[in-house]
Amino acid sequence: MNLSRAARWVLRGATWLGLAFLYTPLIVVAVLSFNTATSLSWPPKGLTLDWWRKAWKVDGPSDALVNSLQVAVVATIIALLLGTLAAFAMQRFTFFGRSSLSFLLVLPIALPGIVTAVALQNSFSRTIDLGLFEFRIGFGFHSLVIAHATFCVVVAYNNVIARLRRSSANLLEASADLGAHASQTFRLVTFPLVRSALLAGGILAFALSFDEIIVTTFTAGSGFETLPQWIFANISRPNNVPLVNVMATFVMLVSIPLAWMAQRLSDGDGIGTGR
Amino acid sequence: MSERTPVGGHSAPLRGVNRLFRRHRRLGLAALLTPPVFWLVVIYIASLGLLIGAAMFRLDPRSHKPTTELTTENLRTAFTDWDFVNVVVRSVFVAATVTVLCLVIALPMAFYISKIAKPWARRGLIVAVLMPLWAGYLVKGYAWKAMLRPASKFGIDKDGGFLASVFGWTPGFGMVAVILALTYLWLPYMVLPIYAGLDRLPPSLLDASGDLGARPLRTFRSVIVPMLVPSIAAGSIFTFSLSLGDYIVPKVVTEGKIRLLGNLIESTLLAPNQPLAAAFTLWPLMIIITYLIGMKRLGAFESL
Repeated sequence: MNLSRAARWVLRGATWLGLAFLYTPLIVVAVLSFNTATSLSWPPKGLTLDWWRKAWKVDGPSDALVNSLQVAVVATIIALLLGTLAAFAMQRFTFFGRSSLSFLLVLPIALPGIVTAVALQNSFSRTIDLGLFEFRIGFGFHSLVIAHATFCVVVAYNNVIARLRRSSANLLEASADLGAHASQTFRLVTFPLVRSALLAGGILAFALSFDEIIVTTFTAGSGFETLPQWIFANISRPNNVPLVNVMATFVMLVSIPLAWMAQRLSDGDGIGTGR
Repeated sequence: MSERTPVGGHSAPLRGVNRLFRRHRRLGLAALLTPPVFWLVVIYIASLGLLIGAAMFRLDPRSHKPTTELTTENLRTAFTDWDFVNVVVRSVFVAATVTVLCLVIALPMAFYISKIAKPWARRGLIVAVLMPLWAGYLVKGYAWKAMLRPASKFGIDKDGGFLASVFGWTPGFGMVAVILALTYLWLPYMVLPIYAGLDRLPPSLLDASGDLGARPLRTFRSVIVPMLVPSIAAGSIFTFSLSLGDYIVPKVVTEGKIRLLGNLIESTLLAPNQPLAAAFTLWPLMIIITYLIGMKRLGAFESL
C-alpha cells in the first residue's frame, strides 16, 4: 500500500501516543513512591527513600506478599500439570467433545471475574452432601489455590499446545523407530521440547495468580490476605498512600521483567496471556 | 518394536506400564484427560450450575442465610426492577464504549507496528505494548487515581494529580474516569490480536488493491477491515467481558461514586443477600455467553 509521508507520520505519532498512554501512569506511580509528601499530587514535593525502607518493616505488606507468593506457586504447579495434560490430549487424540474442551478451558478467564468469584464463593461455602459423606471446602489458603489454579490452567495449556503444534510428530516416530520406549521418548524428546514452554506458561500463570484480586476477595475468607488485597484495602486510607505507592512499584519491578522473560521463552509461540 | 534399550535401562514395572499404554491408546487418552476435565467440570462448571440454583432460594430475613425454600422472587427483582436493570444498561454502555475506544486506539498502533515500522523494531514495539499488561491490575487502576486526582480547595495538599498539573485539566473521579481507566487496562488485549491479524495479511493483497486504483482509505475499508473482523472480535471479547464485570476499577477511580454491575453484585453479596447476588450474576453470565457465541460466529475463536 502506498501511503503518503503524512499518513505514515500520523500513524507513527498515534503509535507513540498510544505507548505514552500505556507507560505514563506506571511511571507516575513509580516516581510517587519516592515522594516526600503523603498525597498523590503531582509533581512530587521532594524525593526520599524512606517509604521503601519502611515498607519492609511494617508487617502488613510483607505478610501479604508471602501469602501471595505461596498461593501463586502452588496454583501454578497445579495449573501446569492440568494444562499440560489437556494440551497433550488435544494434540495427540481426536475424541468426542474435543472442541468443547477448548471452550471449557477458556471459560474461567473469558467470564467476568465477578461471575467466577460469586460462583466459587457459593460452592465453597456450601456443605456438599454426597450421600456417603459430606464435606465443605471452606475458605483459606486451600480455597484460594483451588480458585487460582482453575483460571490459570488455560495459560499453561496455551503455551504447551502452541509448542506441541509447532513441533513435528516425526520426532516421536523417529524416537520410537530408534527403539525408545514411551517413557524414554518422553524423557529425552518430548520433555526437552516443551520445557521452555512450561517455564513460560508457569511464569505467566504465576503472574496471573499473583495479580488477581476479584476472585481472591471472594474466595480467601477473612483470615487470609494477599498483596493485591492489602493494596486494595489501603488505597482508600490516606495515611498509607506512600506504602501503597511502594508496593505498587514493587509489583511492577518484579512482574514486568518476569513477563519479558516469559515472552522470550515462548518466542514465536504466540503469547499465551490471560488476564 | 524391539526390546532393545538404546539409552539407559528400564525397570520391569515401567516396561509393563509402557506396554499397557501402547496396547490401549484410549487408556492413554483417559489418563491425560481425566484430571483437567474432572477439575474444570467438578469445580467450575458445577459451581456455575450451583450458582443458578442459588438464585432460586429464599433468603431468611432474620439470619440473612439462604433457606431451602424455592422462590422466583430474586430472579424477578434482578430482571424487572428498573433500578437494577438501569445499572446493567449503564454497565453494558461502559463496556461497549471501552471496546470501541480500544479499537480506535489499537487499529493505528497495530497497523503501524506490523506494516510500517522497520522489521527489526516490530518485535520490540509489540513487546512494549504487552508489558504493561503485567504491571498489576490493581496497580494500574491505582495509577489512574494518581493521574486523575483533581486539585482541591481544602485538605493538607491542595495540588492536583498528573493530568491536572501537566495539562491543567482532569475529568475528575467520574464516569469518564471509569471509561478511561478500563480502556487503559484492556488496550493491549485489543492491539495483540489485530497485530497478529495484520501480520497474516499478505502485503501483496494491499499492493493489488493499490494497483487496481484504490486509495489507501478505500483499501483500508474494503480490504483490511473485512479481513480483520475475526481479530477484532477476538480482542473485543477481552475488552468487553473484562469491563462488564469489573467492580474494583469503578471503586478505585471514582471513590465509590459510580456503581456498575460488579459493584451491585459485590454489595448485594456483602449485604448479605447471597440468593439475590446470584440472581444478579446471571446478567453478566447471559450477556457474555451470548456475546461469546456471536463472536464465535465471526471467527473470533480461531484468532484468540
